Amino acid sequence: MRPLTDDETKVFFEKLTKYIGRNIVHLIDRPDEPYCFRLQKDRVYYVSESIMRKTTAIGRQNLISLGVCFGKFTKTGKFRMHITALPSLAQYAKYKVWVKPNGEMPFLYGNHVVKAHIGRVTEDMPEHQGVVIFNMADVPLGFGVSARSTVDMRKVDPTGIAVFHQSDNGEYLREEDALF
Amino acid sequence: MGGRNNKRKQHLPLPIELEKATGKVTKAVYDKIKHDQVRDLKKQTAALKQAASGSGRKRPAPQSQPTPKKQKQAAPRKPAAAKPESEEEEEESEGEAIMADDGPDGGWDNAPLESDSEAAGDSDESLDEFDSDDEIVTQQPLSLLSDSEDEDEEQEEEDAGVESYDEYDTDGEESAVTFRDMEKRSRKLDAKRAEDAEMADMELQEQDQAVASEREVFALPSDEQVEAEKEAPLDLTQVQMRIQEIIRVLNNFGELRDPSRSRNEYMAQLHRDMCFYYGYNDFLMEKLLQLFTVSEAVEFFEANEVARPVTIRTNTLKTRRRDLAQALINRGVNLDPIGKWTKVGLTIFDSPVPVGATPEYMAGHYMIQAASSFLPVMALAPQENEKVLDMSAAPGGKTTYCAALMKNTGMMVANDANKEREKALVANIHRLGISNAIVCNYDGREFPKVMGGFDRVLLDAPCSGTGVISKDPSVKTGKGPEDFSMLTHLQKELILSAIDSANADSATGGVIVYSTCSVTVEEDEAVVQYALTKRPNVRLVETGLDFGRPGFTSFRGQSFHHSLALTRRFYPHAHNMDGFFVAKFKKISNKIQVGEKQIVPAGSGAKLKQKKKKD
Repeated sequence: MRPLTDDETKVFFEKLTKYIGRNIVHLIDRPDEPYCFRLQKDRVYYVSESIMRKTTAIGRQNLISLGVCFGKFTKTGKFRMHITALPSLAQYAKYKVWVKPNGEMPFLYGNHVVKAHIGRVTEDMPEHQGVVIFNMADVPLGFGVSARSTVDMRKVDPTGIAVFHQSDNGEYLREEDALF
Repeated sequence: MGGRNNKRKQHLPLPIELEKATGKVTKAVYDKIKHDQVRDLKKQTAALKQAASGSGRKRPAPQSQPTPKKQKQAAPRKPAAAKPESEEEEEESEGEAIMADDGPDGGWDNAPLESDSEAAGDSDESLDEFDSDDEIVTQQPLSLLSDSEDEDEEQEEEDAGVESYDEYDTDGEESAVTFRDMEKRSRKLDAKRAEDAEMADMELQEQDQAVASEREVFALPSDEQVEAEKEAPLDLTQVQMRIQEIIRVLNNFGELRDPSRSRNEYMAQLHRDMCFYYGYNDFLMEKLLQLFTVSEAVEFFEANEVARPVTIRTNTLKTRRRDLAQALINRGVNLDPIGKWTKVGLTIFDSPVPVGATPEYMAGHYMIQAASSFLPVMALAPQENEKVLDMSAAPGGKTTYCAALMKNTGMMVANDANKEREKALVANIHRLGISNAIVCNYDGREFPKVMGGFDRVLLDAPCSGTGVISKDPSVKTGKGPEDFSMLTHLQKELILSAIDSANADSATGGVIVYSTCSVTVEEDEAVVQYALTKRPNVRLVETGLDFGRPGFTSFRGQSFHHSLALTRRFYPHAHNMDGFFVAKFKKISNKIQVGEKQIVPAGSGAKLKQKKKKD
């Protein structure tokens, strides 16, 4: 377990900004307790500083996970967000898409969100930005990248893709081995 | 355009089909008419028969028995015809009721005989109205659809009866008649009672004879037979019969035993048969038979053959039980709260969707978790802002429950020795949105050295799994004496490290909970007893679970500390959850007094102070 290097921080924060913009500040400066990001075996964990300090007692080989895993660095140095980051992303997301009940399961099976399934969209969403996807009851389902801006979305036919799928709750079942 | 053409093509043969269809319809109509005619004929004849039998039933009693049977058969034979028929039946039953009213004497004459034919359902204190009711009750199968009418009539009759009682005070003549009637009736009743008693006596005698003959029939197989059975085993039903016989003998040993055979021989045979019938190995069978009386042991084994209901625990961090139940009901899931003892559990009876793959499950609103594994966490009762250790956490049901009770505050350390199982643990922690947990992979015995000073420690020890045989039947044959000695040894080491990891000086806690999913005393009471002797700085406290059976304080010559009655045992046959054992310790001091010396185990809260003193 170690803090992120400057390069890693840059890559990681760039990615994170796509989803929550300047709200990253709120992730770190919390009213209750300062939180931090730590790297352990290529994975980035988001954890309170008090827990992080106590965790130093645990050997590197034996530590499996601490706090919430946000994602991992690939071998090529890119950062890949994991579904486990969803609660934090959903809390601070800049752009949101709500899908109708009939679009819930297709998305949870790993498909892109088509326009017909969209119930509501954040107004000023640009193209190719990180979006968090909710169902109509405001339960976060996953996240992705917007295929079109909100304005262009109106022109697309119902079967056109609105949001590219990146990660969804179904991965807890489908990719348990790869995720953890 | 092509599509349209296709449609036309499809439409083309339609008129012919229609014609055919209409032809069919007309034929069907014709059939129906014919059928109706036949049915009417049948109905008339049946009505005639019923009328004949109804009047016939009044006088000769033996005839009354076969007629209702006939009617019973007749009724389901033509359910379609029941509707029009019912009217007739109503009339008929009314007529009969009137007749019963008209000639009460005839009714009374019949009453005892009829009630005899009705088997033992008739109670002794049947009053006069009830006797007249009896007739209607016997008629009920006949008038399937006119039940309400009958009831009304009953009501009327009852009212009439009450009236006659009222009149009894005022009208002399009436009362005289009633008195005479009463006498007659009571005589009849006495006669009937005597007859009943006679019948009962006869039956008892017959039973006794049967039992006696059975007793003669049942004999323990001789040694040669046992040997022979090893070569060619009996079939299961025979073995089951023999098990029941032996249990019956054992439950009334003084009277039913074969004097030349000892109790041990019976037990040995029972043991062999149960091993064969339920498929346990000798060793485990002996262990379990020691635990229960023979009849309870059978219940236990039977319960192990049936799967426990699927139960889920609401993740209170994300939702409430009512909302979750509603969401699942909307998916067609049939569920109910587990019981009064938990506010977060739901039992799933059946579900059209896999409960482990609903969107709610994926969103972390609940965890599939056995009801028994709620118990140690409830006993542990973690508070907010505490530092809690779960020594063998995978797959995380108890860990996440702890974290939910702590409302994601403080720190939850989840440890497991098996790296493969850690994946499921991490997945569940993340899915349920637990953010205060760290997961590590140590052997639990290393623990106070790795990290100590916990407010609460939960040790759900690895065990033989004799409580969860319904989940994992391989336990039946897979566990031998060497497994038990290995496991109990490990459990004893683990419980000591669990106790040493806890901090007695904690303001809120200093609590250790030891639990196993095993029911054997070696893994439960004996381990707790060992901990109590080795660590005099802990004592047992109430688990806070208001059900379950108290632990053993003595078992087959072993006697344990009296406070072991505070531990709790749970059984599949008694509580409909996995077999389980929960013990809750409170750590009083961080120092252990052994003779004159004071030992301070490493890792506990006292460690730092000790070091400072040395410095």
